Amino acid sequence: MTETTIKSDIIKPENLVYKKTDLMTDKVLSYCPGCGHGTTHRIVMEVIEEMGLMEDTIGIAPVGCSVLAYEFMNVDMQQAAHGRAPALATAVKRLMPHKTVFTYQGDGDLAAIGTAETIHAANRGENITIIFINNGIYGMTGGQMAPTTLPGMKSSTSPYGRDLDMMGHPLKITELVAQLPGTHFVTRQAVHTPANVRKTKKAIRKAFELQQQKVGMTFIEVVSNCNSGWKMTPVQANQWMVENMFPFYPLGDIKVDGEILKNN
Amino acid sequence: MAKVKGDIVVDIERCKGCEVCIDTCPTQTIAMVDAVNGKGYHYMQNVNDACTGCTNCAIVCPDGVITVYRVKV
Amino acid sequence: MEKELRLMKGNEAFGEAAIRAGTDGYFGYPITPQSEVMEYLMAEKPHERTGMVVLQAESEVASINMLYGGASCGKKVMTSSSSPGISLMQEGISYMAGAELPCVILNVVRGGPGLGTIQPSQSDYFQSTKGGGHGDYRLITIAPSSVQEMYDSVKLGFDLAFKYRNPVLVLSDGAIGQMMEKVEIDKQVPRHTEEEIRDKYPWATLGRYKGRERNIITSLDLDPARQERHNEALQRKYSEIEKNEVRFEKINCDDAEYIFVAYGTSARICQKSMQLARKKGIKVGILRPITLFPFPYAQVEEMAEQVKGILSVEMSAGQMVEDILLAVKGKTRVEHYGRMGGIIPSPAEVVTALEQKFMKG
Repeated sequence: MTETTIKSDIIKPENLVYKKTDLMTDKVLSYCPGCGHGTTHRIVMEVIEEMGLMEDTIGIAPVGCSVLAYEFMNVDMQQAAHGRAPALATAVKRLMPHKTVFTYQGDGDLAAIGTAETIHAANRGENITIIFINNGIYGMTGGQMAPTTLPGMKSSTSPYGRDLDMMGHPLKITELVAQLPGTHFVTRQAVHTPANVRKTKKAIRKAFELQQQKVGMTFIEVVSNCNSGWKMTPVQANQWMVENMFPFYPLGDIKVDGEILKNN
Repeated sequence: MAKVKGDIVVDIERCKGCEVCIDTCPTQTIAMVDAVNGKGYHYMQNVNDACTGCTNCAIVCPDGVITVYRVKV
Repeated sequence: MEKELRLMKGNEAFGEAAIRAGTDGYFGYPITPQSEVMEYLMAEKPHERTGMVVLQAESEVASINMLYGGASCGKKVMTSSSSPGISLMQEGISYMAGAELPCVILNVVRGGPGLGTIQPSQSDYFQSTKGGGHGDYRLITIAPSSVQEMYDSVKLGFDLAFKYRNPVLVLSDGAIGQMMEKVEIDKQVPRHTEEEIRDKYPWATLGRYKGRERNIITSLDLDPARQERHNEALQRKYSEIEKNEVRFEKINCDDAEYIFVAYGTSARICQKSMQLARKKGIKVGILRPITLFPFPYAQVEEMAEQVKGILSVEMSAGQMVEDILLAVKGKTRVEHYGRMGGIIPSPAEVVTALEQKFMKG
């Protein structure tokens, strides 16, 4: 009885310290259990809420698992054709330079079919923010090999592991984008632990702040998991990500204030 | 030293039982329960009153199902 | 007030019309024979004249998707290209039709298939009027046959595009794009302000202003029942367009025993052919569709009841002739005459074709 009293004493509006932002809709996320998309969606929306940008933000959803991002992100959204989100964002930002414009794209969308749009929007220095989720696989279509699939990694179209001679190399598009003069802030983060979530959120906030200064493209890769595609439990998938994805896609800032950091 | 006490409210029906939150709890306050929700997922719940309201579980929850409260005692 | 007249290329006239119509953004990629549109726009500095954005994209694929982004914000956006580039745009056009986004797309047609030729052709009729990309959709298709009409097609195009929330295709060709004629220039229409767009187009994604519900622009609905209802609504819209927006011109049809049905450059050739035929005592008239979707089926059918034959003249293997056959319902004879690969027929050879197809044997 005492415990219950204590609990109800704590659960009061004035004691609230964390609650899902209202800029996430109440719709149940379509993502698999443990998927980093949900976390990333939420922190993008938290930043928009905290910066008071709701009235001036336009988000662009991709094709892939996050095709329905507009169902969950409670801001004005456009749904782009596969890979074309940076082209949409370019036009939105050029036509309304005072708006905050972001794309939210997966690795198949951004680094395969949309490579041209990604590279050229970056190279033109479009003042947009790209949130890039890299889980090394095509999740929505059932776990096929992606441009980011690791060497030897199994997928439904590389069932014996990615054979580099036959299938080519994984593409580190974030490092590539960082080389372009049009990008100002390029970073690679993750959302599997509270500390990483906090860091990623900080990076997103920085990107949106820089966008208002019109200094060029800001680009945030989030290395994420795909437990369904990788055929693991969510906790195992996060562990596998730490052991296998992070060595190939190391976390941290790649380009800050328009300068590529030395270790990159 | 001021002590803090926390508590969480879990939106059980939205929890997908991914267990990503479990290891982030510094006080082992949360655990999966044997029961299942309407979708058939085991869900997480607080199982003791050691919560400090640190928000780790809520921050890492992909589905945003956890609301956190905290008081100084 | 005195009219402002200029001597301009069709492509340049289109560019000037874009600025004058209060267009917000042009996004394009160079391709012959339409590159003068973007060249003209860049030279004119429309960002100084009206604040209009002109951007050279990395591809036609990007251009059309820039239109998708801009149109989603209720902006007046346009692009121009020629046949191979328009083929590349089909994905984006289908998405825009599905998401019901207004825009104006100019196709200065060249001969195909493939890289084909840079010379004029009319072989993109099917692509323009029957959809072009995937899914059940139609584009409002306007076919100018003079530089003036190319100029006018911008304003008409935007009016129709926003009235029906549908992409509009201006189907010109290399001859009209490249030739110079006198053009009457409109007064400058101011660009819409953001407030005007909010009022006129409440669906536009300009940000969740004053806490309204969010706006979403998408062509996706995974629920088949809802997707079917969306498709049915699109079809009702296309029926409305067919009912309200048919545009055509009839020349010397009252006493005609034969008519040419032709649009664009072919319609201009047919004017001379008609004169040549009438000198020979053959009573020929012209029915010129100005809109190809909606096609003037009723007007063609009406003529079919009067004439001995209809010659479809089109610089193609015979695409529009299928719509004429649908319109005529067997009431008169229908033949096609066309040249392909960038050849423009001479007026005399059209008359010869008329004689051979209808009056021999």
